[in-house]
Amino acid sequence: MNMRFVRTLALAGTLSLVVASCERPPVNTVQHGYRGLAMGLVYNPRTLAAQAGANVVPEATPQADPSGPPASSVYQNIQVLNDLNAGQLARLMVAMTAWVAPPGESCGYCHAASDMASDANYRKVVARQMLRMVRHINSDWKSHVAATGVTCYTCHRGNGVPQYVWYHDPGPPRGADFAGNRDGQNAPAPVVGLTSLPNDPFGTFLADKPQNIRVVATVALPGSGSGSTIKQAEKSYGLMIHMSRALGVNCTYCHNSRSFTSWDGSTPQRATAWYGIRMVRDVNTKFLEPLTATFPDSRKGPLHDVAKVDCETCHQGAFKPLYGASMVKDYPELVAPLQPVVAAPPAADSTAAAK
Amino acid sequence: MAQYMNFFSSVQVRAPVYDGAPIPAGVWKRQGRGSFSYWLGWMGDAQIGPLYLGTLGLASLLCGFIAFEIIGLNMLASVNWSPTQFLRQLPWLALEPPAPSNGLHIPALNQGGWWLMAGFFLTTSLLLWWARMYRRARALGMGTHVAWAFASAIWLYLVLGFIRPLLMGSWGEAVPFGIFPHLDWTAAFSIRYGNLFYNPFHMLSIAFLYGSVLLFAMHGATILAVSRFGGDRELEQIVDRGTGGERAALFWRWTMGFNATVESIHRWAWWFAVLCPLVGGIGILLTGTVVDNWYLWSVKHGVAPSYPQVFPTVTDPATLPGATP
Repeated sequence: MNMRFVRTLALAGTLSLVVASCERPPVNTVQHGYRGLAMGLVYNPRTLAAQAGANVVPEATPQADPSGPPASSVYQNIQVLNDLNAGQLARLMVAMTAWVAPPGESCGYCHAASDMASDANYRKVVARQMLRMVRHINSDWKSHVAATGVTCYTCHRGNGVPQYVWYHDPGPPRGADFAGNRDGQNAPAPVVGLTSLPNDPFGTFLADKPQNIRVVATVALPGSGSGSTIKQAEKSYGLMIHMSRALGVNCTYCHNSRSFTSWDGSTPQRATAWYGIRMVRDVNTKFLEPLTATFPDSRKGPLHDVAKVDCETCHQGAFKPLYGASMVKDYPELVAPLQPVVAAPPAADSTAAAK
Repeated sequence: MAQYMNFFSSVQVRAPVYDGAPIPAGVWKRQGRGSFSYWLGWMGDAQIGPLYLGTLGLASLLCGFIAFEIIGLNMLASVNWSPTQFLRQLPWLALEPPAPSNGLHIPALNQGGWWLMAGFFLTTSLLLWWARMYRRARALGMGTHVAWAFASAIWLYLVLGFIRPLLMGSWGEAVPFGIFPHLDWTAAFSIRYGNLFYNPFHMLSIAFLYGSVLLFAMHGATILAVSRFGGDRELEQIVDRGTGGERAALFWRWTMGFNATVESIHRWAWWFAVLCPLVGGIGILLTGTVVDNWYLWSVKHGVAPSYPQVFPTVTDPATLPGATP
């Protein structure tokens, strides 16, 4: 065979492999910390441009007349929004339809057409719970959402079910019971960025009875303050990869990579993220898992659990959902305190579970 | 006149197959009659074989094959025996060590037992191959430098998969058999133990690794550069160093004042290569057994500097009143 041809073919093959496994430039790095510490935020303008369109906030409708009659005197079966007047309630319902109901759907997506007050449609029961949740997040989780807050749109973006949710994962099918144990990892799982890391960080860290994320020793030498096992470290690593993907940021957005665990080298964003993890656990255990009996089987995962949230549910690839644009300033009724029915102080419960 | 100026050897010698030095009386003869390969001649000696297999070689290959099969069939089972998925997912697949809770007990086959078995056969295979290298070198009347260099690599392998897990009291501390999984394991290992870059033996190992690369490049380039004067012809240089070897030495004496000798450059290379896994193994052995967080250890001993704060003070929220991690 012609030598030149063989060499050209080999070169072309190698080059195409190299090019295919790389991200096309430009990749911009923005300094984010003291100079010389490799504290840089890495952005690709093409990725940002693609994201920008998905993070446009819908225009708010004009405020309703605040002097109307109370909603509960006009409508029946108002359990959460009974502090609004009828006009305010109608405005919010219209907004929710635009935020949540899929294209072509309207009030009937959640309400029975014959009786708007009826709870026959499970979606209405879910929506009520979600309103409680939104109010709870906006008033009790300011440590994470600050004054920016969240609305239905933060997660739903016009979808009946938010695009990014998770279910408990039964794992890939196995050929045998005596061999081939993947140990919950070693599969190209998108949630952990196609690494071979443990591929269920959500069930491990973001649901009921979460495991401790902190794996690194807090003292130099073995003894008290010792860290955990390497396998446990791999699990935490998987969660961090998820957070990185969900927020579209690299590790140094929160951490100084010379010591991931040290808080004195970390950025303020790490504390915000810490509260975010607790908030997600709180939302999953107090608002979503209790809906297990409400959801039909068609809306449940392979292990018959309800859809649950993770970081990506709200963030959707942006460092702040919708790039930090606040929608609750136009919908202050979504910040009202939690109804007494499901009241629970987040600090005590969620953090005890975290240990 | 052929000159070694290409990426590949452009000259190939064809002569009757050379059988090699006569071997002392033993059980095994060399296998095969020997043949020539044009393609391999591009980058080495074109003559293939005869090969000495021997008892140790055969036993080593057998043990290696068993380990290879245990690992491969477990990977195949993990993708539901699908050959397509096996090929597609191969870089991600692995045979995992037992759970940390298992300690040093012998676990059920599918809970790490296969891993333990594969590790046993792979280790046996490596040790047998080491003995084979040692004995083949002796049979040729050579020194045993190659065997001891190989032993250095085996040392690092044993520390990672056997000695350190023993000291830590858990097979779960060991490395999985898999392409990406062992790399992810390495990253997780460094994170868990507070950043391996602050481990002084890891620093040394990196220095010897990069040093080996530098020496290899310098030596390889030097010899190729004088091959036009016969500087690459080892046999001739035993009796007459000739102008090639002289020029090679002079080149470095002129450029940096000091030059290695034809023999000592190989001593440099041998030590750099051997020290790379040797000190690396020491660094791994100390991790978790003697030092639990290399970053904090470095802060304690003044190795890790502190830098000016550019962010407002960040407090661990878990230490605030009413919170636990």
